[in-house]
Amino acid sequence: MNVQIRERPDAASSTGIKTAIADCDIHPARATKDELFPYLEKRWHAHLETFGIQAYQGMMEGRPYPKAQPNASRRDAYPPEGGPQGSSLSFMQKQHLDPNNVALGVLNPLATGQGLRNQDLAGAVCSAINDWQIEKWTSKDSRLKGSVVVANEDGVSAAAEIRKRAGDTNFVQVLLLSRNVEPLGQRRYWPIYEAAQEVGLPIGVHAFGFGGNPITASGWPSHYIEEMVGHSQCQQTALASLVLEGVFERFPKLKMVMVEAGFGWAPSLAWRLDKVFARLHSEVPHLKRKPSEYIRDHIWWTTQPMEDPESRDHLFQTIEWIGWDKLLFATDYPHWDYDEPSRVLPAGVSDANRQAFYLDNAKQLYGIA
Amino acid sequence: MTSPIAGGVDCDLHPAVPHLTSLLPYMNDYWRDQVTTRGMTDLISQSYPTNSPISSRPDWRPAQGKPGSSLADMQRQALDKFGSAYGICNPLYGVQMVFSEDMADAFCRALNDWLVKEWLDKDDRLRGSIVIPVQSIEKAVAEIERCAQDKRFVQVLMLVMGDMPLGKRHYWPIYAAAERLGLPIGIHAGSAYHNPPTSVGWGSYHIEDYVAQAQAFQTQLTSLIVEGVFARHPALKMVMLESGFTWLPPFLWRLHKFWRGVRMETPWVDRAPLEIVRSNIRFSLQPVDAPPEPDTLNRLFDHMQSDELILFSSDYPHWQFDGDEVLPQGLSPDLVRKIMIDNPHATYPRLEVGHDPEKWSPVFGQDHAQN
Repeated sequence: MNVQIRERPDAASSTGIKTAIADCDIHPARATKDELFPYLEKRWHAHLETFGIQAYQGMMEGRPYPKAQPNASRRDAYPPEGGPQGSSLSFMQKQHLDPNNVALGVLNPLATGQGLRNQDLAGAVCSAINDWQIEKWTSKDSRLKGSVVVANEDGVSAAAEIRKRAGDTNFVQVLLLSRNVEPLGQRRYWPIYEAAQEVGLPIGVHAFGFGGNPITASGWPSHYIEEMVGHSQCQQTALASLVLEGVFERFPKLKMVMVEAGFGWAPSLAWRLDKVFARLHSEVPHLKRKPSEYIRDHIWWTTQPMEDPESRDHLFQTIEWIGWDKLLFATDYPHWDYDEPSRVLPAGVSDANRQAFYLDNAKQLYGIA
Repeated sequence: MTSPIAGGVDCDLHPAVPHLTSLLPYMNDYWRDQVTTRGMTDLISQSYPTNSPISSRPDWRPAQGKPGSSLADMQRQALDKFGSAYGICNPLYGVQMVFSEDMADAFCRALNDWLVKEWLDKDDRLRGSIVIPVQSIEKAVAEIERCAQDKRFVQVLMLVMGDMPLGKRHYWPIYAAAERLGLPIGIHAGSAYHNPPTSVGWGSYHIEDYVAQAQAFQTQLTSLIVEGVFARHPALKMVMLESGFTWLPPFLWRLHKFWRGVRMETPWVDRAPLEIVRSNIRFSLQPVDAPPEPDTLNRLFDHMQSDELILFSSDYPHWQFDGDEVLPQGLSPDLVRKIMIDNPHATYPRLEVGHDPEKWSPVFGQDHAQN
């Protein structure tokens, strides 16, 4: 939140009394613009200096929907040694990983090479980001695991990058974004799914991204809040595309995680899909099961930003419709809408469900002992 | 089964224009000539392909012609069948898809006049929605003012997917006119296809477009609320038609949470989103995107935290339910009465006014002076 009214308690003093958690959405940042250069061929240094990064949106610096806070991140998360929030491992450990007893932290780097218009540059930057994750983060703290970022608009290049990382235990998933040039079920993305299934990595689909399409089916809205809320509608549509194109029929071992897009909408979307499928199944004969069954078997959900109804019963009923075994706790550190681990779940949850929610579901999905 | 009660208001009926040529008598010479000389054919939207199962229940599909094109069928299959006292006609004809605002205006005017002559004049129970050329605010407002003289028009109709988000200030003169004239704004499923039909681009299938209607309604509600439409027009009602409604509670949880976080961005939003929805937004009953068990549905109504939001609709002739099950199972008699009678009457103030032909009747084809 924007205004910090109370002093945060000295988090470190409570270490040891908290049960271990998995944080399935942590955003590591680069301390400086050229931090990636050691991982990039020389030609790209000059290219980036001259032309910069060109994504499927108009602005090279700044954002068409300015965030609510600098870097969309907590004001108290600037590292003491300088650099943006999330750019220091030691400060991340001190502020978040240690005091919250994070046993598994999944890194989801944003603003990488995903969704760039120049596909060669996209592939080079993504591969560099993956090397950077190992060198700066996962090799230095065994609690942290990386996500393989890929040049998602170029399925062949993306699949090659996934296979290059096969068997590397620094990585626990492949990362895609929800907003792309086409809906995620389209065939241009199938080589990514084929490679991920082959190497046994789940695919995290994080909200956000730029694909060049307006963030509503009725054009561009005015405000940041509309972009923020709109991400969950984009995610719904992207998931509908994955199901209706038959991705889970074609890749039956594929697992996907919907990251930072909410989960409260899942039951309603599944019911709507089933109802319409009952009428229109002849148009999609490649589907052998009801849409809700693919969702139930193939999709996991990270929790942040946590659904927050007035009545906790409404929350519990919604989770029961989805399954306590499908939720993965996440904080979104260091972003401003961070969820505090101790305050996310209301009272009234069984110990077994609590343990699944905070840790066990993630360990099982990501294959962490 | 929950039985409908007599005297209800069916808020979503779809009379079909048989063909573009059916509108020729309601166009002026210039547009009649344009249609014939240029060889314009019918205006059928991808949102509702004529032979798609969604577009008509199998037992409501006529032997010939488009579903919904026969008044006698609509009377027998919907109005009489469910004992409705009133039925609101929402024509879904592809007039919003053309890119010329002049052509859209001519076609909207013809469509509205056609509705009066071919439907409203032939059954006293029927009421109409004013279809407007949204690309031109001036022409849209003029059409609202023209048609509103006939009190049988009870709302203004817009599509959920158009050129811009509906909360944009550009559209506010439409809302001012509607509020002044006691007309709710009905927002119906369907796209002008001026933007990709989903917020992540063009999908492959008709089924994707239909599923995506629900997401489009969500983004429009965000836009309408955060742009401040209801701070400026507190008496304006908007009705989401064929939108589904089971997505509403989790949508509001999210919008409310972010609004609390970044409300400094939109300081004119003077009430919580949930309160704005309770006072200004309504939803048609069909389709009910929920499992058939009464227990789940009643929990969903509990999550909505209001029994005033839903308005009875059959969505005739679209295929949303089978047999007589226009109401989902397990609704209490009190809720049935609210949905079928009280809520619609509270939403549509012109419903019972009816029409006095002494005061106004359209002059077909004569007052279309453009070009």
